[in-house]
Amino acid sequence: MSMLNVFNIAGSALTAQSARLNALASNLANADSVAGPDGRPYSARQVVFAARPVEGGAMHPGSAVGVRVIGVVESAAPPRMVHDPRNPAANEQGYVAMPNVNVVEEMVNMISASRAYQSNVEVMNTAKTLMQKTLALGQ
Amino acid sequence: MTHPIDTELAFHQRALNLQAYRQQVLASNIANADTPHYKARDIDFKASLQEVLAGKGGSAGGQLDLARTAPRHFPAGDGAPAGARLMYRRETQSSVDGNTVDMDVERAAFAENAVRYEASLTFINQMLRNIRAALQNQ
Repeated sequence: MSMLNVFNIAGSALTAQSARLNALASNLANADSVAGPDGRPYSARQVVFAARPVEGGAMHPGSAVGVRVIGVVESAAPPRMVHDPRNPAANEQGYVAMPNVNVVEEMVNMISASRAYQSNVEVMNTAKTLMQKTLALGQ
Repeated sequence: MTHPIDTELAFHQRALNLQAYRQQVLASNIANADTPHYKARDIDFKASLQEVLAGKGGSAGGQLDLARTAPRHFPAGDGAPAGARLMYRRETQSSVDGNTVDMDVERAAFAENAVRYEASLTFINQMLRNIRAALQNQ
């Protein structure tokens, strides 16, 4: 049944987009975390998406392509240096290394992720309606 | 076996199969809207339906399938139902990450295909109702 694969595809996209929302939520929450668990300032994280054939698509393997998070990468951007000599984490010049989180970028990312999530929910709802109508065929 | 009722329903049954398949392809496109290097795909519905009705293409004749003797074998071709040929969508606005999914195009196509699927269902329902009316002696 092709229509059942739609649930697998849209479901994988929902999982991937929520992982993206998770990552950017931790970025936003740690935008001012001077020290992480390793003692260095927090660095922004991004998820990496990759296309993946869904398991239920054995009948038509070429077309049922879901999404999967294949990894989380940390941003290599240099930390934001803020002049604050009274901070205990300040260096000799009085600068504090702050996380390299770009709050504006994260907010844009959040809007994009939530729109993508909504689209996939809509896809699922449409598929569900069509399935129900198919099941009611001939009644 | 070809029963008169089968031939009556055959057209819409094939159309329904193709529409369900296309719905799956479009769902894949929407799901991969943010995947780098993903290329959006679709089928030419009119050409596919004509090929299916002519009994050509896919496993129904036309091209030959390779035998798969183990479940982990890759299928030859894209595994589409008979007649449906997957094609890559021509992109309107290119993006830096190599993704060719245009969300507006995909969502419009998805909504349109859903309505067409419902139309096919309505046709089949009406045909079944006609057959039932003919069977009842009132």
